[in-house]
Amino acid sequence: MTAEPRRRPRLAVWKFASCDGCQLTLLDCEDELLGLAEQVEIAHFLEASSASAPGPYDLSLVEGSVTTAQDVDRIHHIRAVSRRLVTIGACATAGGVQALRNYADVAEFQAAVYARPDYVATLATSTPISAHVPVDFELRGCPVDRRQLLEVITAHLAGRRPAVPAHSVCFECKQRGTVCVTVAHGTPCLGPVTHAGCGAICPTFGRGCYGCFGPSDSTNFPAFVPLLRRDGMDTLDVVRVLRTFNTAAPEFDAASRKELER
Amino acid sequence: MTHRGSRVLHVGSLSRVEGEGSLHLRIRGEEVAEARLAIYEPPRFFEAFLRGRSYTEPPDITSRICGICPVAYQLSACRAIEDACGVTVDGQLAALRRLIYCGEWIESHTLHVHLLHAPDFHGCANVVELARSRRADVERGLRLKQAGNAIIELLGGRAVHPVNVRLGGFHRVPSRSELRPLEEQLRRAREDAALTVRWVAGFEFPEAGCDHDLLALAEPDRYAIESGTPTVMPAPHTAGLPATSRRALPTRTFGVREFGDHVVERQVPHSTALHARLDGRRHLTGPLARYAISGRLLSPIALQAAQDAGLGDPRQGVVCRNPYRSIVVRAVEVLHAVDEALRLIDAYEPPPRPYVDVPPRAGTGHGATEAPRGLLHHSYTLDAEGTVTDAVLVPPTAQNQDAIEEDLRRTVQEHLRSGDPTDAELTALCERAVRNHDPCISCSTHFLDLTVDRAGGGH
Ligand code: SF4
Ligand code: SF4
Repeated sequence: MTAEPRRRPRLAVWKFASCDGCQLTLLDCEDELLGLAEQVEIAHFLEASSASAPGPYDLSLVEGSVTTAQDVDRIHHIRAVSRRLVTIGACATAGGVQALRNYADVAEFQAAVYARPDYVATLATSTPISAHVPVDFELRGCPVDRRQLLEVITAHLAGRRPAVPAHSVCFECKQRGTVCVTVAHGTPCLGPVTHAGCGAICPTFGRGCYGCFGPSDSTNFPAFVPLLRRDGMDTLDVVRVLRTFNTAAPEFDAASRKELER
Repeated sequence: MTHRGSRVLHVGSLSRVEGEGSLHLRIRGEEVAEARLAIYEPPRFFEAFLRGRSYTEPPDITSRICGICPVAYQLSACRAIEDACGVTVDGQLAALRRLIYCGEWIESHTLHVHLLHAPDFHGCANVVELARSRRADVERGLRLKQAGNAIIELLGGRAVHPVNVRLGGFHRVPSRSELRPLEEQLRRAREDAALTVRWVAGFEFPEAGCDHDLLALAEPDRYAIESGTPTVMPAPHTAGLPATSRRALPTRTFGVREFGDHVVERQVPHSTALHARLDGRRHLTGPLARYAISGRLLSPIALQAAQDAGLGDPRQGVVCRNPYRSIVVRAVEVLHAVDEALRLIDAYEPPPRPYVDVPPRAGTGHGATEAPRGLLHHSYTLDAEGTVTDAVLVPPTAQNQDAIEEDLRRTVQEHLRSGDPTDAELTALCERAVRNHDPCISCSTHFLDLTVDRAGGGH
């Protein structure tokens, strides 16, 4: 049988305001990297390659949040040349840590960092990709988890829905047999309201989850916040922990505002 | 004047840390009128929003400045805040910090050596292309990188933004037996690292020199990684030597707390990254600086490998000032870090507590460590409750920017004198010159769109 050689799907990786950690996670797939590169054509990936081919692309992975006017144009262009667009990480999915500017006066921020703020063009907000264009799938985490990233890529290339669970970190602690740090030690932990995916790393190290994967699919803050308080967090502690790496996630944002109203 | 007239070369796409920037060259006849590394990575305002956060938070928050050297950010932050609080972390907790930092050196340097830099020396666009002709070398690099990641994952929970580092030490420390599986992987890695030094030593290196002042942390008895005193080796021309001089010059030091008096950042119009200068002069941090200042303290096998690789014997006062050979120094540092990690694991005894208490107090603290790409300084001012009221972060890329621009200028100048390079050739040259320094923008130094604006000679 002489089948026509199948065209390899074309993959592109894009960066907006970010630390590059999520794209690095792709390069950290040492065992799979060369294999993956045989299955797909890596058409655009600045961190890894000086060669770049124009679109269209079958799958675009987007890291980072939108923080400049040019970013807005660029993400529309990327959407237009991508069959599927998947965001990777808290920056692209929930504005990232840089979205802390959303609560502040950016002019003041600029003046704090730059002597001549007028040289630096930036938007007053840091927004997730989905605030600008339709997104086919959002992969959470700051940074994303390596196994989940591979699953998402493979699934999209195969045209199926990625098997990425939507439950909370608590579930992963149970799966892993980690003793609950809140129950055993009274350590404040965001596990109950945080999206699974990391494999419950922090509690395994005896630390409470700080929510780097963003909100899980069902959160119940009115029931949860009193637990944090019981374990010694005051209003500002609660607000700060919700306003860190996923501060523009609507659930965390709403819960932090509610706290401040108290 | 020449037939070439003036031209402007703009290579779009290099940051304060990581990320994006571009390159801009203005040439008049045979003279380089301007070489600018313009960083347009959008500002993320870390220094601003650290204000008002609790003193326990900067290690986690500042790690998000750079996904490629998060441990460097975590440990510089810890040291600075502990300094403000008057706490010293020593003994086995300090050893574990050094160990996780070795993991980062191995991982980050290997990423740069194998995945980002080596393709340059083989005329390849990326590591995948390189793997077609040099499969074994690439696979060895991936194994080495994995070994570095394995250390960070074991001690920190994950390779990017590890969760286990905290003020005073760690949330949890491993037992001796938990570290043991690393040993076998690291012994293999030591062979891989030695082979890598030999491999990169065989590359072809353009003749080049640099006369930047060199700045690195130094310790009396070991190669500085997670602590040390800022030490300056002046440029050769201050002693009347040529830029390529391979002679070590007498060094001077200043305290970590005086860092801000010596290394001063200023803003330049073309970049969102601040440019820093050392006592008003351009300087370079990173592998070349460390090797010049502490090379004699490398572990014996790393020191031997360095000499076999043609870097010269630092014990005899030889230094390497060829930026293209930085890839060799990086490979040597990987070998040293692997060897050092094995030594630390061998000597490890779990400390009685995973961390020492760091009670808040009002004051300003300073901390500096050697990130893979150079000295990273943090300073924080705290109030009595431990709220951060001011934060100043000086990353290596900001410090190296002037040095990189000078390298660019020099490279292009030499090529203009010795031939008639096309824009494409100049672009390739410049990209290489930038990648030599592994700025936290090495990713985007694989930049692409080149716009050439050919102006007439009359401009
Ligand atoms: S989500 Fe976190 S790890 Fe990923 S790019 Fe943003 S800051 Fe970096
Ligand atoms: S436990 Fe929470 S904070 Fe820790 S890695 Fe997982 S999601 Fe992130």
